[in-house]
Amino acid sequence: MLDPILLARAQFGLNIAFHILFPTITISLAWVLVYLRLREARTGAAWVGEAYALWVKIFALSFALGVVSGITMSFQFGTNWPGFMDRAGNIAGPLLGYEVLTAFFLEAAFLGIMLFGRDRVPGWVHTLSTVLVAVGTTASAFWILALNSWMQTPQGHAMIDGRLYAEDWWAIIFNPSFPYRLAHMMLASGLTTAFLVAGISAFQLLRDRGYEPARRMFRVGVAAGAVLAPLQILAGDLHGLNTLEHQPAKIAAMEGVWHTERGAPLLLFAVPNEAERRNDYAIAIPKGASLVLTHDPDGEVRGLNEFLGVHPPVAPVFFAFRVMVGIGMLMLALAWLGVWELWRRGEAPRRMLHAFAGMAFSGWIATLAGWMVTEIGRQPYLVYGLITTAETASSVPGPHIALTLTAYAIVYVALMISYMVVITQLARKMAGHGSVPPALGQFGATNAPGVAS
Amino acid sequence: MTLDLPFVFMVLMGLAILAYVILDGFDLGVGILLPLAARPDQDMMVASIGPFWDANETWLVLGVGILLVAFPIAHGIILSSLYLPVALMLIALILRGVAFEFRMKATGWHQVLWNRLFFVGSLGAAIAQGIMLAGVVTGFASGPGYALFGLLVGLGLAGAYALLGATWLVIKTEGDLHGRALRWSKAAVVFAAAGVALISLTTPLVNAGVMAKWFTWPRIAWLAPLPIATAAALAGIWIAAARLQAGRSRREWVPFVLSVWVFVFAFAGLAYSLYPYLVLDRVTIWQAAAAEGSLRFVLVGTAIVLPMVIGYTVFSYRVFWGKARELTYGE
Ligand code: HDD
Ligand code: HEM
Ligand code: HEM
Repeated sequence: MLDPILLARAQFGLNIAFHILFPTITISLAWVLVYLRLREARTGAAWVGEAYALWVKIFALSFALGVVSGITMSFQFGTNWPGFMDRAGNIAGPLLGYEVLTAFFLEAAFLGIMLFGRDRVPGWVHTLSTVLVAVGTTASAFWILALNSWMQTPQGHAMIDGRLYAEDWWAIIFNPSFPYRLAHMMLASGLTTAFLVAGISAFQLLRDRGYEPARRMFRVGVAAGAVLAPLQILAGDLHGLNTLEHQPAKIAAMEGVWHTERGAPLLLFAVPNEAERRNDYAIAIPKGASLVLTHDPDGEVRGLNEFLGVHPPVAPVFFAFRVMVGIGMLMLALAWLGVWELWRRGEAPRRMLHAFAGMAFSGWIATLAGWMVTEIGRQPYLVYGLITTAETASSVPGPHIALTLTAYAIVYVALMISYMVVITQLARKMAGHGSVPPALGQFGATNAPGVAS
Repeated sequence: MTLDLPFVFMVLMGLAILAYVILDGFDLGVGILLPLAARPDQDMMVASIGPFWDANETWLVLGVGILLVAFPIAHGIILSSLYLPVALMLIALILRGVAFEFRMKATGWHQVLWNRLFFVGSLGAAIAQGIMLAGVVTGFASGPGYALFGLLVGLGLAGAYALLGATWLVIKTEGDLHGRALRWSKAAVVFAAAGVALISLTTPLVNAGVMAKWFTWPRIAWLAPLPIATAAALAGIWIAAARLQAGRSRREWVPFVLSVWVFVFAFAGLAYSLYPYLVLDRVTIWQAAAAEGSLRFVLVGTAIVLPMVIGYTVFSYRVFWGKARELTYGE
């Protein structure tokens, strides 16, 4: 009953899904903090200091959660997929090793100075530390995505007696899907952070319309979202074309195409029925999928039936893809409406503030959905076309995995709740002092112990 | 000249693990001592390690990272054998790491809760690492006797970490807390000594190969200085702490430096016992090594980056040199 492979997958999936939430924020939020530091150095405006005070706390909290769940990840390659390391370790190992060497130490060492060293080093050293932390988070994404992309579109290796050997590191790192995945992930991080900043600021403005730091940060978030959303849609489209070339079965699952056909329809909604190998309740745009994927309304799209036995489970990929794209479209619409209102009236109406506050964590959902498409879409392979997931599973007994899986799940749910509660409390506490005119600066006031909590 | 790459990587891995044990050891130790202090002192204790813990834990990631990069085959065997203690350690490290942040932002009973979790996480991580160490020196044998042995080693390691933590606080604190730290140092020496003795005596007893490596002539004569130096360092810590208490010395860093030496000596002894095995009596470093091309690729990067890492790590310790101050984000 306790199938070890299934449990190991669930455990790995749970952990990486929890982990990725926090890098998605820290990667871009680090750059937002750099922006605020530079701005403060240039203008010395009071709102900048106060905005920094809030966002550096949110950053510190997110970073801590990212670090501890990341340390868990680095062990789980060994505990859950010993077969993966045995067979692909010659390639996966060095890429992970470079991540530790070039990214983790950089982030971790300068994080201390960035968070707690402001009164101990000159201003420029502090700003430089912030920049180095930001560079570190970005470098970390570079290496881990190089590995993940290689697992999707492997090249530059040789297979000898079932083990993989590196032949050309350049080809391994810059594998065909890597540029697309890196761009798409960095944009995902930017969008997630933009909507978090806009959402938390909107939440503060709903309590206090005049609170200057929130007014400013709301503008920053909305503007970033308006620029990044269309870029993300473009990057996602190009990413999909790349996937069509290298992993056609994944695209077929995303689009719900069972039979190879010309002029395939674009399904807005459907329920894939794997037993009958067809879609139920489909609402479709005729020829849409062919148009999007081949840029020709009568182009040919290969169907799942060509990949019998080696295609992923269809429904999760299909739905996750629609969740991601749906949120992407929603983000575009809301961000552009926001820019329009800000431009026309100088501020956003209440209803719009509610919408942004509600979307504060929408980037997380889209990001997780995107990874579901990518990772489940790669099944049954772990390294596409070379190593299957089942071949690499651990020999750890099922009950042990079930036990630790339960423990992780409890801890993660508790942390998730604490994280969201603390963030909203911090935001509320700060906005609670907004009655002081912004020009006076509120450095002292924000440090007062909060009564609200 | 050709390099013996597996050997080079074994040395690098050993150094990363030693760096981890000493660096995270002192901050875990401070966490273990936390319940012994009064509330305002607790804040100061956490402030003394706040800027460092993340970088300290990164050495653990480097340690497993090298195990994974250089010895992928042993990596799987070791981590699957240690599955439960590793999970225990990870959950403990999660709780402790996030408690740093949450306790600074929480108020009321929330803060009490996060302080408790900070302690539980620190102690749990130390005990789990002790159990892992016990597994490594017994070649992952199982059974009730070994489980008890694991627990004892865990407690011994927790005591040794508490020693590092207490002597660290001697350097970083003033006044009342400083006095307490000296008392804790003297108490923790006893635990640490018991832990070191337990490991040193049991390892040869359960393994004939290790026995032969130590207790045959003339090896025993060459090796004798190691246990003697360890014992001397332990005694030295007690004496130095007593002298500081009596006001007969002002050199506050002596107990910490001697504690570090205890770890270095104990580590050297262990390394000698285990070499050249990664899995005792089963897998040597050469059997487990990754492909030569991969090792070479990583070594180049390591040679360039590691000195930089050490450089900026030292820099960050310099920035926070001197007595600890309350932690603020500098608003
Ligand atoms: C796209 C980005 C991304 C992805 C896909 C992953 N990570 Fe991550 N990771 C980061 C981006 C990141 C980061 C931005 O660098 C972190 C998050 C916390 C922090 O905010 O830094 C981090 C922290 C972090 C740490 C702690 C580093 C420290 O001590 O400072 C470890 C050990 C890992 N990660 C390991 C992994 C592993 C083994 C992954 C894959 C299975 C993984 N991460 C996926
Ligand atoms: C960062 C966001 C990521 C998320 C949310 C994610 C999610 C998942 C999920 C849900 C699974 C289970 C799939 C299934 O069993 O059907 C999985 C599997 C896996 N992923 Fe990822 N993944 C992410 C990134 C990565 C990265 C960066 C790597 C490697 C570099 C990676 C390596 C793996 C491996 C080894 C498995 C296990 C084998 C498998 O079930 O396919 N993942 N991931
Ligand atoms: C709206 C248009 C979008 C399109 C057309 C699109 C397209 C895609 C495609 C085709 C994949 C799978 C690539 C593969 O595995 O081969 C993917 C993955 C992913 N998407 Fe999207 N996406 C869109 C929006 C978004 C948004 C708004 C976010 C997050 C804010 C997002 C985050 C991700 C992530 C994190 C992945 C997994 C990493 C990767 O493979 O790049 N996407 N996307």
